[in-house]
Amino acid sequence: MNAEIRRVAFVGLVLIAVLVVGTTYWQAWAAGDLAARQDNAIKSVAQFKIKRGLVYAADGTVLAANRQRKVDGQTFYFRRYPQGDLASNIVGYSTQARSRAGLERSLNDYLTGSNGSLRTVLGSKLDALTGRTIVGNSVVLTIDPDLQRAAQRALAGNCGAAVALEPATGRVLAMATSPGYDANQVERNFRSITRRPAACAPAARLLNRATAGLYAPGSTFKLVTAAAALDSGKVTPGTTFTDPGYCIEYGKPVYNYDTDSPFGRVSFFQALQYSINSVFCEVGKRLGAIAILDYGRSFGMYANPGLETPSDEQRPSGLYERGKLFFPKQDFQVDPGRLAFGQERLGITPLQMAMVAAAIANDGVLMQPYLVRLIRAPGGKVVVRHEPKEVGRVMKPSTAETLTDMMVSAVSSGTGTAGQISGVEVAGKTGTAETGVAGRNTTWFVAFAPAENARIAVAVVLENQTGTGGSTAAPLVREIMTSALSGKGAP
Amino acid sequence: MSYRNRELMSLAVVAVITCLGFASVYIARQDVISGASLTYGVFFLCLYVAAHLVLRLAVPYADPYLLPLVALLTAIGVTEIYRIDPTDALRQTAWIVVGVVVMAIVLLVFGRDYRKVESYKYICGVAAVVLLALPALPVIGKTVNGARLWVEIGPLGFQPGELAKVFLIVFLAAYLREKREVLAQARLKDLGPLLLFFGAAMLVLVETNDLGSAFLYFGIFLAMLYVATGRALFVAAGLALFAGGAALAYTSIGRVGQRIDTWLDPWADPHGAGYQPAQALYSIGNGGFGGTGLGRGTFTSPEGNPYIPYLDTDFIFAALAQELGLIGIAAFLLVFMVLCLRGFRAAILAEDGFSKLLAVGFTFGLALQAFIIVGGVLRVIPLTGITLPFVSYGGSSVVANFVMLAGLLLVSNRAEARTQ
Repeated sequence: MNAEIRRVAFVGLVLIAVLVVGTTYWQAWAAGDLAARQDNAIKSVAQFKIKRGLVYAADGTVLAANRQRKVDGQTFYFRRYPQGDLASNIVGYSTQARSRAGLERSLNDYLTGSNGSLRTVLGSKLDALTGRTIVGNSVVLTIDPDLQRAAQRALAGNCGAAVALEPATGRVLAMATSPGYDANQVERNFRSITRRPAACAPAARLLNRATAGLYAPGSTFKLVTAAAALDSGKVTPGTTFTDPGYCIEYGKPVYNYDTDSPFGRVSFFQALQYSINSVFCEVGKRLGAIAILDYGRSFGMYANPGLETPSDEQRPSGLYERGKLFFPKQDFQVDPGRLAFGQERLGITPLQMAMVAAAIANDGVLMQPYLVRLIRAPGGKVVVRHEPKEVGRVMKPSTAETLTDMMVSAVSSGTGTAGQISGVEVAGKTGTAETGVAGRNTTWFVAFAPAENARIAVAVVLENQTGTGGSTAAPLVREIMTSALSGKGAP
Repeated sequence: MSYRNRELMSLAVVAVITCLGFASVYIARQDVISGASLTYGVFFLCLYVAAHLVLRLAVPYADPYLLPLVALLTAIGVTEIYRIDPTDALRQTAWIVVGVVVMAIVLLVFGRDYRKVESYKYICGVAAVVLLALPALPVIGKTVNGARLWVEIGPLGFQPGELAKVFLIVFLAAYLREKREVLAQARLKDLGPLLLFFGAAMLVLVETNDLGSAFLYFGIFLAMLYVATGRALFVAAGLALFAGGAALAYTSIGRVGQRIDTWLDPWADPHGAGYQPAQALYSIGNGGFGGTGLGRGTFTSPEGNPYIPYLDTDFIFAALAQELGLIGIAAFLLVFMVLCLRGFRAAILAEDGFSKLLAVGFTFGLALQAFIIVGGVLRVIPLTGITLPFVSYGGSSVVANFVMLAGLLLVSNRAEARTQ
């Protein structure tokens, strides 16, 4: 009988050994998969035991803080946004239901102290072992809260977006979208965010129009065309054209914005100053669509802008065909004349247009835009420090200088006079994209100031306007720039 | 050192572990629980030292590790139950006291010669059948969570199936000892009892709606039958029959079918049938290598709603796994393994067939029951709601298991007494 007992004993021990193997599988091998599952409530609760890192604006203003709550002897930390709707489109939100947006989503690993950095991991493991609360890394943004507030105030009542960059570094000084939302309301009263009517379509408040809103650029795209034209040497500021009020393309006339009074004989310089479509149409035909779009690419189009916000909250700019980014293989695939003055199927984000202005302001060199200045471990040690990074040279320095002069004249005595600031030389370009429906123009103004050694480059876009870029968007840019150049938050 | 002194030393170690466990829970949850928890360790020490004194008196040569190992398991169980629900822990402690007292009575009554129960085997068999049939009776029977396993008389509820298990093992040990030579010839007419038992197990399955219990009874029977006859063919035939029966149950009994579907993919219906098993796995996964520490696991939502129903009964393993982690839970399972090893050792050392079969039945029953519930939680096999011996919250289970422990102590006492 003993031989049989030994065999039964063996089976019994194997049964328990199987349990050890099974536990090992779930706790070691499959633990990551389990943790990643959306319905894993335990994991989400565990995250609320972590004291999330704070999010600061450039001057130390707290944009995202924690609200402590004790339940059943355990301390939970929930998010609180002391500044209400300030920079919600950038910071985003993190709710109990684990829905996240903005930097709260893309920097979640840092904010919860679970990023790959050895120091952070060791620190949180030690905290977990000793039972101390895990504290996440805090994040300091490049955002100037006063300027951000000014930008949001300027946009209030309109639908659109504004982006302000520091041309020499790529720092995002402000990035506003309207209508915006108060991140505290996502949890408290989500319906107030979705229900509140907004006079623009799509009325999504949660959409960050500054990075994910694709707009027809209108005449602001002439800056790209002009950079390509001047750099190529085929056109100089003095090159003269005759404006009949329209331009013939494929045998059909394409009219200027104001068809009643053709300018007659004009220089290329004046064509930008007064935003004359027919001239740019000619220039476009001379350059070809691919040459222009190549410059667009150098300005950052056809690529994700690479901000620290989640990549699906950003969209690349460029030509879009049936909702997809499209770069022509042959010149004839795109109408070069319309493209040259921004009337092709272009979809451009406000951030992209601000990058165009910033590159011109920075002697033709494009800087990588960034929102996060540094990430700090709980002890104060800096985990990540963002150094300004050059994306590349877009145009010759001389081209940038010429283009700046042309933009200065557009503000001083051209289409963008509403953008003037007393005592400061502003360089700017207007844009008005008609949608074919009255009162539904998309209007733009992109500018930088001071024209020499620019400290700020701004792009503002407005939806559903009856006026032009010069009359609607330029005053807002002026407001934002004035705040930046005079205010205490001046960079 | 003598066996009994070794036992006393081991119990002291268990007491230290228990105190540390409760202290850890107390430190983690001092906001919600009182310092009274720290007296649990002392109480357990007193209880088991008392039991130890009974052992000295009744079974002086019994295996010295059985009692400390069981003490450790009950202590771990109560610690975790206390962490989940202090009121349940108090009740569980009361049941452990009852269990220890019943064990002491069994030891004192049968200390001289337990083999006299052999002659009452048919009474045991009938008792087992009656107990099994009790929940099916109309007035007192009660269905909990879809399984008809409970009997309720006034405020007292118990699961007679747990006690039936003990009587069944005693009956089988006596019956198989008597018939083993005949059965070993494997003539067709002698296979009658096998088929009869298979039929009974299937009846239990259909009646109680519980695949786990049926598998447990049938598994114990097969193990004992194999030890008695040495015929592996019986085991193979029995398993094949059971698989066939289970397949039939899968298609014809809705609840069994649902359990198996949930087992195959708990995430097919994560908010319905798959909720419990999925949450249990999340709990285990959250433990990782080192666990969250006793008292620091997450079992409730920030609003205070429990994530896992039946956490201190069927799913206590999921709670332990989260708080102890892989290292702790592996050690915990090793305690089970060592307990089983000591049980099988007693079976091998025992002289007579009845003692051997009794020890095998009790020990293999313990291992298989642990496997069925823990394997179910771990998705190794379909999940069925039975208790984890000595650990889960549940009075009937604790008392029945202590009777089984008494049986093992008696067998080992008799076996060792011969050698000393």
